[in-house]
Amino acid sequence: MRITIDRDRCIGSGQCVMTAPGVFTQDDDALVALVPGQEDGAGDPRVRDVPLACPVQAVTVTED
Amino acid sequence: MTETDISRPAPSAPPFPQDRTCPYQPPEAYTRWRGDRPLTRVTLFDGRPAWLITGHAEGRALLADPRLSSDWGHPVFPVVVRRTEGRGGLAFPLIGVDDPLHARQRRMLIPSFGVKRMNAIRPRLQDLVDRLLDDMLANGPVVDLVSAFALPVPSMAICELLGVPYGDHDFFEECSRDFVGAATSGEADAAFAQLYTYLHGLVAKKQAEPGDGLLDELIARQLEEGGLDHDEVVMIALVLLVAGHETTVNAIALGALTLMQHPEQIDVLLSDPDAVPRAVEELLRFTSVSDYLVRMATEEIEVGGETVRAGDAVLVSITLMNRDATAYQDPDVFDARRNARHHVGFGHGIHQCLGQNLARAELEIALGSLFARIPGLRPAVPLDQVPIKAGHDAQGPIELPVTW
Ligand code: HEM
Ligand code: SF4
Repeated sequence: MRITIDRDRCIGSGQCVMTAPGVFTQDDDALVALVPGQEDGAGDPRVRDVPLACPVQAVTVTED
Repeated sequence: MTETDISRPAPSAPPFPQDRTCPYQPPEAYTRWRGDRPLTRVTLFDGRPAWLITGHAEGRALLADPRLSSDWGHPVFPVVVRRTEGRGGLAFPLIGVDDPLHARQRRMLIPSFGVKRMNAIRPRLQDLVDRLLDDMLANGPVVDLVSAFALPVPSMAICELLGVPYGDHDFFEECSRDFVGAATSGEADAAFAQLYTYLHGLVAKKQAEPGDGLLDELIARQLEEGGLDHDEVVMIALVLLVAGHETTVNAIALGALTLMQHPEQIDVLLSDPDAVPRAVEELLRFTSVSDYLVRMATEEIEVGGETVRAGDAVLVSITLMNRDATAYQDPDVFDARRNARHHVGFGHGIHQCLGQNLARAELEIALGSLFARIPGLRPAVPLDQVPIKAGHDAQGPIELPVTW
């Protein structure tokens, strides 16, 4: 699984963190970041729901 | 495809918004507007025709579409409430501007509303809620849940976050209530002027004697570096105070009322701590405190076989999107165990609520503690005697006498 995040679009809503907390986090600017070591989605099926949960399409997920 | 010209009012287009009769159910008329079409035509109080978006998927796509504007300052931006008539030209930061100005303003505030930061203030919110519940238990029953509980929680939370001296909260609450509850634009302008003057003075005071709230940070980071001028800081403070207050008061009060009307769901809420966040999301979906959003099309957009033209008023029904049967099974059933994912209680797109994680923290702590501390809490009057807000306001009870 490949996750792409677009920090320029991110509005800091936290939907990604709520949906898949093991994979998504917010940095000190409260913008989206991936949890170190979990950039491949860590096999968490909830990651697939994040692109739809994000209010501004700042996250895309592609299957390898 | 049917071609409809919205500039010619349809004689049959019903008025919008309408008042709820049940505090947590859409007005009877709204329920007839959902069905096969994701949008319908309505008429605003001033006779202007408008599109009302009712479909969950279509509404989310539109709220993320830059062809819909939130520019309140536009001379023909739709007016839904009489009190905001003639306010064209006044720049309301964040909520009333489009990108790129919106993005610039929002970027400055995002760090102050991050998930971690909001979780860090939970212990202080818990103390505050515990104290209010001590007082309630000492003074009741019967108690008005709105004034004794639902109102002070968000008021103290937002004052503390911003760094507004809590000693001023009575004054600020009164202005804020007068502003959102004003019947005429004259009344609203008077309340607005009072709030503005107060915040203007507060910002000046903070420049001289810095504290450690969000306003102090904004002043330090932006005013000093020239990123924002004094007036912008004052207007941002005003938007945060008003946006963070009224909605959350109603979400707590209407959330509590909805739970009391579904006692079996209170058991679900109390079943374990993880049940609380889930129940809160379902309450946000089910009650839709912010009933509708207002936009104006800046270009032609095809929606559900209709053509929305540039300049058309577009209202987005949060209530009906949250009750769309294609998105939620049995949408009119309140089920605290449901996964209410993708609800639009906080909106969608670039304007999605900036304070949502503060609001979640407040709701989880307030409702979780309220029912844990006072088992058997129930309304002291029948449901049809609970006075509720008008259809154009944030939805919720004006007063809610409770007993236990
Ligand atoms: C349960 C309580 C709340 C509800 C239901 C709620 C609902 C909403 C909704 C629906 C929007 C979108 C408006 C639009 O798209 O035009 C919004 C925006 C906003 N909310 Fe909230 N809100 C709540 C609590 C708060 C709190 C506690 C704050 C804290 C300051 C806040 C601050 C804001 C701001 C600043 C915006 C504008 C964001 C922007 O335009 O980028 N809200 N809110
Ligand atoms: S859901 Fe989207 S906007 Fe919200 S924090 Fe994550 S990436 Fe940013």
